[in-house]
Amino acid sequence: MGLEIVNDVRTDYVCDLVKNGKREDGRGFREYRDISVERDVIKRAEGSARVKIGDTDVLVGVKVELGTPFPDTPDKGVIITNAELVPLASPEFESGPPNENSIQLARVVDRGIRGSEAIDLDKLCIEEGEKVWMVFIDIHVLDDNGNLADAAALGAIASLLNLRIPNERYGLTGENTLPMRDTPVAVTTVEIEGNILVDPSFDEGNAAASSVTVISNADGTLSGMQKSGSGGLKEAQIAEMVEIGIEKAGEIRGKYL
Amino acid sequence: MKEEIELIKDGKRLDGRGFDELRPIKIEVGVLKRADGSCYLELGDNKVIAAVYGPREMHPRHAQDAKMAVVKFRYNMAPFSTDDRKRPGPDRRSVEISKVCREAFNPVIMRELYPKTGIEVYVELLQSDAGTRTAGINAASIALADAGIPMKDLVSSVAVGKIDGEMVLDLNAVEDNNGEADMPIAMIARTNTITALQMDGRLTKEEFERGLKLAVGACHQIYELQRTALVTRYNQNYESKSKREEE
Repeated sequence: MGLEIVNDVRTDYVCDLVKNGKREDGRGFREYRDISVERDVIKRAEGSARVKIGDTDVLVGVKVELGTPFPDTPDKGVIITNAELVPLASPEFESGPPNENSIQLARVVDRGIRGSEAIDLDKLCIEEGEKVWMVFIDIHVLDDNGNLADAAALGAIASLLNLRIPNERYGLTGENTLPMRDTPVAVTTVEIEGNILVDPSFDEGNAAASSVTVISNADGTLSGMQKSGSGGLKEAQIAEMVEIGIEKAGEIRGKYL
Repeated sequence: MKEEIELIKDGKRLDGRGFDELRPIKIEVGVLKRADGSCYLELGDNKVIAAVYGPREMHPRHAQDAKMAVVKFRYNMAPFSTDDRKRPGPDRRSVEISKVCREAFNPVIMRELYPKTGIEVYVELLQSDAGTRTAGINAASIALADAGIPMKDLVSSVAVGKIDGEMVLDLNAVEDNNGEADMPIAMIARTNTITALQMDGRLTKEEFERGLKLAVGACHQIYELQRTALVTRYNQNYESKSKREEE
């Protein structure tokens, strides 16, 4: 109950600031916090990346294992994305089965990678109907200070780009890198008091009526989108969010991928 | 195995529709006795039933909101609603859809009138043919109105998608399975306010913008159908009541 009241107060504070063209950390509306991407941080994982956006800290680990393909796609590899909002990352996270927020986070990241066809799944097939590579993308949130989606998506693509396929473990030979074709990048914007802000901080995320994550590719096409939050948006606002999404994704891709 | 299927022939889709044409929609209001409000809806081959309970005491109590009603939304597919039997109970897909649908209604339901209560919306997909969440939202909207829940307006929903390189309205299952992108939206038609938006697949910015226009137009059509269904139903109630009184 205490947390709720604090969040209400902080929401009022953030909204007042935004009305005056300001943000709590002094950023411009279209400015990201500092981003850092550290690759290969986990030795046991085939691919991994730790992404920080401001104080938000997300670790993505990718494990690759041999498995059987799904019956409807016998000649394609498998991607499985999961996200854990572990209780160490926020006083608001609880242990237990995945809740709707962690499911949404995982599915949005998954949608971007799938929609862009970033991984050439045909090339992950070893033996049709029998053996394919299964790519498990696990998102581990360490510190939730807002905008988990962008950090998780960036961690996922950075991990995939640097991944080594464990051929030796299974007595196989072949390419050791993943057949990557694209670099989807997620950019989240929120609407507060009629203004569009990129990369919401924790308080801004709470204050926002609506938030839209736009995932776009190297050629500027879109490969996933998700609105969340209990507000409504005008067509023009969504167009602006898409515009910012494509522009910022280009900048992030150029600098960090 | 995915085979290449030609989804557009001579400017028409496989089911004979034009690019901007909805599937036939059938709506029945107040189909369930026990629920406070309900609606049966068909969108092409989708068959969906929605029921609303509440506002009533919110359980569990710690989930109550002291300032407003909490909307609970459960989207559920019947095990027999799909080609391969769907394992009963919530899966990750339905949990996400339930969240998106709930958020689509939050802007219209006047939650502040009923603090500490829950307004529960249950959507059951009996037969599915792509666009199930849009059919569910359209049905839930009417069920909420039928339950007498104060709302600023109805919510209308439709999907657009890309098949054979063209942006088309309201994909059916064949189109969805073989298409390049799918984008469901929900909106408040009167104010052109979008309350739900998802996209998967691959679209250019121009295709996205064209698709959004197409969807917005279709939501206005759906809104009229929803409104007509409600008005017709309550006219019937009124007429049968006045007839009884005359007798």
